[in-house]
Amino acid sequence: MASIVLAGLSKVYGGSVRAVDRLDLSIVDGEFFALLGPSGCGKTTLLRMIAGLAEATEGSVSIGDVDVTALPPGKRNVAMVFQDYALFPHMTVADNIGYPLKIKRVPREQRQRRVAEVASALGLAGLLDRRPAALSGGQQQRAALARAVACHPTVFLFDEPLSNLDARLRLEARTFLKKLQRDLGVTTVFVTHDQAEALALADRIAVMDAGRIRQLGTPREVFGRPANTFVASFIGSTPMNLLAGTVVGPQVEVHGQRVALPDAWRAAVAGGQQVTVGVRPEHLDLSPSAVEGGLHGVVAIVENLGAASLVTLEADGFSVAATVPEGSEPRVGTAGWVRPRPGRLLLYDADGELLGTTAVPSANR
Amino acid sequence: MSPARFVRRVGFYAVVCVVLGFFALPLLWLVSTPFDAQPHLGVSWPELTWRNFTVLRHNPYALRSLLSSVLLAGGTAAIVVAAAAFAAYPLARVRVPGRDALLYLLLLLSSIVTGTAAMVPIYQLVFQLGLIDSRLGVVLVLSGGLLPAAIFILKDFMDTIPRSYEESARVFGASPVQILRDVVAPIARPGLATIGVWTVVQVWGNFLLPYILLRDPGKQPAAVLMRTFYTEGGQPNLALLSTFSLVYAVPVVVMYLFVNRRYGFRFHGGIKS
Repeated sequence: MASIVLAGLSKVYGGSVRAVDRLDLSIVDGEFFALLGPSGCGKTTLLRMIAGLAEATEGSVSIGDVDVTALPPGKRNVAMVFQDYALFPHMTVADNIGYPLKIKRVPREQRQRRVAEVASALGLAGLLDRRPAALSGGQQQRAALARAVACHPTVFLFDEPLSNLDARLRLEARTFLKKLQRDLGVTTVFVTHDQAEALALADRIAVMDAGRIRQLGTPREVFGRPANTFVASFIGSTPMNLLAGTVVGPQVEVHGQRVALPDAWRAAVAGGQQVTVGVRPEHLDLSPSAVEGGLHGVVAIVENLGAASLVTLEADGFSVAATVPEGSEPRVGTAGWVRPRPGRLLLYDADGELLGTTAVPSANR
Repeated sequence: MSPARFVRRVGFYAVVCVVLGFFALPLLWLVSTPFDAQPHLGVSWPELTWRNFTVLRHNPYALRSLLSSVLLAGGTAAIVVAAAAFAAYPLARVRVPGRDALLYLLLLLSSIVTGTAAMVPIYQLVFQLGLIDSRLGVVLVLSGGLLPAAIFILKDFMDTIPRSYEESARVFGASPVQILRDVVAPIARPGLATIGVWTVVQVWGNFLLPYILLRDPGKQPAAVLMRTFYTEGGQPNLALLSTFSLVYAVPVVVMYLFVNRRYGFRFHGGIKS
């Protein structure tokens, strides 16, 4: 078990491309930590630097108070699960799981015992004599996990561990992974581009873009109070409404319409300031009649999300989406009013950074 | 079926039959004549006999030449497979500026190295090395000629092996030697087998190089020895020639079937590339 500390870590490719840019990060012992971001944001490079597969250009990596920056991957006592699982195709499942132990010169009998233990814990007991090609995707994933678990590392590193599974299996594997991590209590860093996966699994999430961390926080913080418009638009399966507006007195004017500004925000902004209003569709109440301090438009699209529906209102110059519970969908073409729930409205400045971070009570925690 | 289509169909089958006959007749001759008491240049039902094989067995050079062929082919295959593997792996894994240009240049030059045009300098080189009339000389020259193509093919094959296998082993603490032995070599085995078979076939059928570099008839491989199977009257000794041709062809066919069965010339890769 160990914590991970990254200090001023950079990776520069070809002298000019900064894949990871002077990054500082502490991951607590036993934490399930997600590196989330779009492709090319540097998350995989960061994971590979922790593993030792990529060399840091600047900065240092410490695992469990030991500076491992100069150590080769094999000496860092980490286990990594790759996106394609990297199960050796010419070895049986048992040999695959036992391979790290063989490298560590664990005696044969002890090795076989450990393989059998881990395999039965991960539901692979009947599959030990098979080759990876004869396993289903989910079984391959568990075999790769078993191989990582068998060598008792201090840190698990997962590179998109669920992205090769189909949608249904992915949910099962997600639950399985969370339970496994909780039971073992091993510090785990995983990379994903799927925000739902990160929200569901992680204790804390680092949202990355262009080699930098744009926000670091619990899933609740990242979802409820995105620190900037990048995170706001990246997180959430229904994208956040981001509307350009101007502060006018106690209100924000959005394309001629006015939204009431909650008291808590008034100190953070000045009259005439250009801002972006951010509200999640889940945090908007839709009403068929006029409401005070809300935005109105015409219902243009109703999308069924299962237990809820996403309603898109078209107004002059902008559109805004809100979710409504099953059964209370408005008809397309009718008028609708939306109003943010108390404490759910967020304001971003012209650079896209969240305003008044301290002034607003965190009603959403 | 319209008449025009019918005629086209008939024409197509007629052409196919002619082409098939063109390739099948020599093969039929090859498998029937060795068992014929009256060998001639034509395909007919043989008067069955084993006599031709007895004659072949008593020929002082025939079987020794096959052994010589095996030594040349085996030696060359060993050198080519080992050297190509050690060259192709780093070429597939390490970025070297101008790597592709180098490979294409080597490929181009290789056709010159063992080509007929280079025979005089090759002879001179082998002579100065004191390797005339030595199998080692032939093996080295053949290896040199085949290596570029072998490296080229094998590098392409190694490119398709995901790096994550090696990286995974590295994270578990495997040393470079262990990675090569436990992971890379077994996964690359079908590729190595392909190169091995290809080399053996190339050497087995090569005439010019061993003909020029080997003087002693006792060292000459089968492909060269066949040239001597003439009667005193200058007529080809069809009995000996056909029988020897059959015996000469069998090992290569058997090797192909064995390797195909063992390795299948196929490759189990990762899940998603």
